[in-house]
Amino acid sequence: MASTAKGIDPIISAAWGKPQSWTLDSYKKRGGYEGLKKALEMQPAAIIDEVKKSNLRGRGGAGFPTGLKWSFVPKDSPKPKYLAVNGDESEPGTFKDRYILEDDPHMMLEGIAIASYALGVHTCYVYLRGEFKFPAERCQAAIDEAYKAGIFGKKLMGKDFELNCYLVRGAGAYICGEETALLESLEGKKGWPRLKPPFPAVVGLFGSPTVVNNVETLASVPHVFTGGSDWYAKLGTDKSGGTRLVCLSGSVNRPGVYEVSMFTTLAELIYDDKYGRGMPAGRKVKAVIPGGSSAPVLGADELDVAMEFEALKVKQTMAGSGGVIVMDDSTCMVRSLWRVARFYAEESCGQCTPCREGTPWQTRLLRKIEEGRGEPGDIDMLSNVASSIAPYPPIGLGNTICALGDAAALPTHSFLMRFKDEFEAHIREKRCPFGDKPWGSFGDWS
Amino acid sequence: MAEPLFTPEEQKKFDAGIAEIISHYPSDRKSAGMLPALRLLQEIKGWLPPEGLRLVAKHLEVTPERAYEVASFYVMYHLKKPGKYVIDVCTNLSCSLWGAEKMLAYLEEKLGLKAGEANEKFTLRETECLASCGTAPCLQINEDHHESLTRAKLDAILAKLS
Repeated sequence: MASTAKGIDPIISAAWGKPQSWTLDSYKKRGGYEGLKKALEMQPAAIIDEVKKSNLRGRGGAGFPTGLKWSFVPKDSPKPKYLAVNGDESEPGTFKDRYILEDDPHMMLEGIAIASYALGVHTCYVYLRGEFKFPAERCQAAIDEAYKAGIFGKKLMGKDFELNCYLVRGAGAYICGEETALLESLEGKKGWPRLKPPFPAVVGLFGSPTVVNNVETLASVPHVFTGGSDWYAKLGTDKSGGTRLVCLSGSVNRPGVYEVSMFTTLAELIYDDKYGRGMPAGRKVKAVIPGGSSAPVLGADELDVAMEFEALKVKQTMAGSGGVIVMDDSTCMVRSLWRVARFYAEESCGQCTPCREGTPWQTRLLRKIEEGRGEPGDIDMLSNVASSIAPYPPIGLGNTICALGDAAALPTHSFLMRFKDEFEAHIREKRCPFGDKPWGSFGDWS
Repeated sequence: MAEPLFTPEEQKKFDAGIAEIISHYPSDRKSAGMLPALRLLQEIKGWLPPEGLRLVAKHLEVTPERAYEVASFYVMYHLKKPGKYVIDVCTNLSCSLWGAEKMLAYLEEKLGLKAGEANEKFTLRETECLASCGTAPCLQINEDHHESLTRAKLDAILAKLS
């Protein structure tokens, strides 16, 4: 459950946990759809400018400025334009969009309506990961309410503008969270990413201009209009406006989703009574993944960093999807990386050779090391395999069509950079130094 | 003569569902309805029988091979008839830090199945992140989500499955 962030009032999560928070009635009583009313009195170009001024950045992982993304859509396209909502929340460590969809879906729908009006979009597809049965039910009920109330449909809140919104559920493929793979999936195909350029804003769904925005990004949009872009921008840093949701999991006393200021540090998130409430008794932080499993891992001496895009970039990692995973000093780093590597091997779509071949190769090497069968040279081999998928640094310039290759290689590079001694100990001792308890303080399930 | 794919009631549900799905897409893009159409078929039959895939393909005006290609790409579609209850256990990093591997081992012992195996009642699968890392460990049974699981809680859930 979200709690009030230090120095700010929650915006996105304010109603979570309150009775009937997911209904239109509740949302309207809290001032819901007032942002849309304001936006509908503006010219579309002015709406986009307002979003640009707010410094709202995408909350799905890449952190691209939202207003700028919207401005790439050609205004004079003869083709219909589309909005695709990315609700394929699948990055390990990330579970924030689930709460928006379950507890306050109208906030996202209002963002959809504002974006659609600004972009000249008449059809929006909300793509949710297939496993989200309950979030999908809540979201569909909210869409139905919006139609019934005349918010969606032939006349967008009485304005001469038709907007239809359809919910589509995926069927279990992490790759579909990549924006072009999501479009392929929406077109009824397997989720194979497309080469960029052309970017979806120009050639997207059905070959038409398409904006793909994350659930949290769209849920943030109404606040830019109710509070004003200046207010929204000032909540954050010079380059990143607003608040953000972070997902805290792993070895902490109180995991959960917390809405925080961009200035909140990782140390505050883990130790502050408002958030994680510290580590299990007697344990210390060993490592933290700050932005979903693909974000390079940080060590215990690197926690005094604000959880925003630029500050984490300086540390050669990323804010990503907001998924913060904490590992304590009783956790095996080789085992942890092996589990992450398995994920990417399992989820590689198989289109690009470095990713298709490299991700299982990483997994096999890590298993070998963890099981005490590692040999001298395996660490170099692991590093070479990861480099063949994506060199490190810089971030995001791999050898594959989409960023899944980068996502698979970055954890390997960063774990080896910060915890190489542990890999060497596994090989030297021919066993896992953590024995049969490699998962740390909470790993003894009962 | 082969058994019909649907009972009259199922046929009615399929026809209404497929018409609704197709209406959400441009008229020359019926094939975009593939994922929802496969989901509809699976909801009705419990899996995707070959004749069902052919029927979906016909409605969406694509080849049956295209329907199979899509169905085989995504892990939530069943190309073989699964057990009555499909149990997907997340063992990704956050869940494992909260004991998911031990929970899976407990389930394997209790159900007499290894992950990846099935019998008439259960299909047990190790799955990837279910986006419930803050309430680990978690699993899904036929898409119903269960979180913050303890042994006692899991036993109670299993006891309710007839």
